[in-house]
Amino acid sequence: MELVRDLFFDYTLRTVALGAGCLGAVSGTLGTFAVLRRQSLLGDAISHAALPGIVLAFLITGSKDTLVLVLGAAVAGWIGTLLVLSVTRATRIPEDSALGIVLSVFFGFGLVLLTYTQTLPTAAQAGLDRFLFGQAATLLMRDVVVIAGLGAIAVLVVALFWKEFKLLAFDREFGASIGFPMRRVEVLLTTVLVVAIVVGLQTVGVVLMAAMVVAPAAAARQWTDALGSMVVLSAGFGALAGVSGAVISASAQNVPTGPTIVLAATVFVLASMAFAPRRGLVWEAVRRRRNRRVIRADAVLEDLYELAGQHRGVAHGHAIAVLETMAGGRRDVRRSLAKLQVRGLAVAQEDGTWSITPAGLEAAERRGRIGADS
Amino acid sequence: MTPIEVEIQAIAVVVAVSCALPGVYLVLRRMALMSDAISHTVLLGIVLAFFVTGDLASPLLIFGAAATGVLTVVLVETLRRTRLVREDASIGLVFPALFSVAVVLIARFAGSVHLDTDAVLLGELAFAPFRRLRAGGTDLGPMSLWVMGGILLLNIIFIAALYKELKVTTFDPALAAALGFSPALLHYGFMSVVSITAVGAFDAVGSVLVVSLMIAPPAAAYLLSDRLPTVLVLSAALAAMSALGGFWAAWLADASIAGSMATFAGGTFAAAFLFAPGRGVIAQARRRSRQRIDFAQLMLAIHLLNHEGTPEADEENREAHLGRHLRWRPEFAQKVVRRAEGRAWIVRERDGLLQLTEPGRSAARRALSVEV
Repeated sequence: MELVRDLFFDYTLRTVALGAGCLGAVSGTLGTFAVLRRQSLLGDAISHAALPGIVLAFLITGSKDTLVLVLGAAVAGWIGTLLVLSVTRATRIPEDSALGIVLSVFFGFGLVLLTYTQTLPTAAQAGLDRFLFGQAATLLMRDVVVIAGLGAIAVLVVALFWKEFKLLAFDREFGASIGFPMRRVEVLLTTVLVVAIVVGLQTVGVVLMAAMVVAPAAAARQWTDALGSMVVLSAGFGALAGVSGAVISASAQNVPTGPTIVLAATVFVLASMAFAPRRGLVWEAVRRRRNRRVIRADAVLEDLYELAGQHRGVAHGHAIAVLETMAGGRRDVRRSLAKLQVRGLAVAQEDGTWSITPAGLEAAERRGRIGADS
Repeated sequence: MTPIEVEIQAIAVVVAVSCALPGVYLVLRRMALMSDAISHTVLLGIVLAFFVTGDLASPLLIFGAAATGVLTVVLVETLRRTRLVREDASIGLVFPALFSVAVVLIARFAGSVHLDTDAVLLGELAFAPFRRLRAGGTDLGPMSLWVMGGILLLNIIFIAALYKELKVTTFDPALAAALGFSPALLHYGFMSVVSITAVGAFDAVGSVLVVSLMIAPPAAAYLLSDRLPTVLVLSAALAAMSALGGFWAAWLADASIAGSMATFAGGTFAAAFLFAPGRGVIAQARRRSRQRIDFAQLMLAIHLLNHEGTPEADEENREAHLGRHLRWRPEFAQKVVRRAEGRAWIVRERDGLLQLTEPGRSAARRALSVEV
């Protein structure tokens, strides 16, 4: 209860939760397209590639204003992404290798710049490394405004170019054949993704930003097959992960916000994979179990039918042991028989033996016919 | 050079080469980003092993870390096998989650210990020589040199012993399975080697450098050669060069050695990307422009053949006319005519009329007959 009150009335918590929530919503929205286009790790590459841009922006302007640094990050991230695209297009280097090279080399270069800056006498560089690991707790209302503003632009672009982005995600060739400039659409989508990622950097940091792109979208994917609902769900999961991560880390001591947000998002993914209707692993297991039972009950019914044929007379009872032997020694014959009894296909005799009912005979014959036909 | 500088360079070269060798297979198997994932998740292994042993210098830490590396691979494959998420997404889900767990554990329970995420992520090669290996009072050199030397040896033995198996599973997994190799066993064996390498290197130089050394030199070598042995040797050589170049650049600028090595590794890839014979961007552009000229000469020959001996030949078969007919810019037309003359396909008569020679005529006829 107190937490909920703090969420509304505690300035720091409210700011952090708001910022993390906005960030989650934006990266969830754009992450949907990245995941659908099998470019989940592009987010990882962009967030690492942004580092030299941040440091250079600081070196050039001398300012540590969020907007300036984010712009530098965006330019570097954008260049990195275009390099990935051109390396994969021009050579036989696989895309994952190109991503890895851009990611590590840009980051390494950023590190060189950062350590070099630290040797400068101004010593004003302190605070740049908040982009490395993210310090959600230091978010100010001003930062939240930047996150929300840039995020709103990104979401607006997605809304405006909905049809183009949808084509890009699902059938690029078709889009090109009906005259859309798909390469330009791709660059636009990538640019928006870059914006979404760099605004998140100072909250969750370079390493964990990858998860903010992938996790909400991967969770949303389990619940729906429609792009529209997937985007909305993904934004919702992202926002929820952001807010709950902020709240959890505020309520416990020494629990950093960024990793908590990522773990919250991961929990959403696991829960969705387990419980989402139709695709969920739990339902899948239940379904498989139910199918197995139906098949086994049918097999027992068939055995009873065969026995009835051998013993002239439907009413003749058969011991469970016999049925178990016929079922290959399986122990769950009783359960199958109970099931058959509920369906009125088999009946228990007074001496504990079982026999097939006329309805059961009919069902078994019908099955046999179908089996023979096919 | 001071002894410390020599030692740092030796460590840098050994780290670079031991990363680059398994990196070749990572690039070829399209698993390059597993190196990124593993190099981050080993942090969790180190933290957990530290909780067990309570000692940051314990060799158990390396085994714990290598085990989490393999665990990462297993988790990624398990997620992928559910078919609910694709491989790229499963990598992107697993490693940030494990890394987050590690960061939370450190912040919550190991705050007072020297185990900070900075050092892990970024590494500091300059401090590596300060941890010495001592036996009975004699100084045997820096600890990481011995550890990484051992890992390099392990890599070389693994690749040499399973060279054929690795090759066939890399290039043709179906054939490998048909021949009776177990691609899965080899896969996990190989990923264990990658994990151990990542842990050792990561201890010395940080996780990001591991990624750059595992991917950039092999990718550059892959642009320079089509033969696996050559690619292996080249990528080791390029990695060693990046290590040395990176060290000196960092030493001069007083910047991060790891970052500088990564930058140099990127530089070698960029150079290969631009200048590699045959596959480089520049070689491709030159090939395209040569093909364009060759094609244009053929067009010219066909054009001349078409109008040869007809009344309009006097007007059509002149350089000045080509711009209108074939839509060539004047400079291009001039270039094509000169090339065709040089090749003795055409001769220019004194009044500027272009005449086909016998070789030019037969080239044009050949091209036309192929087309029909």
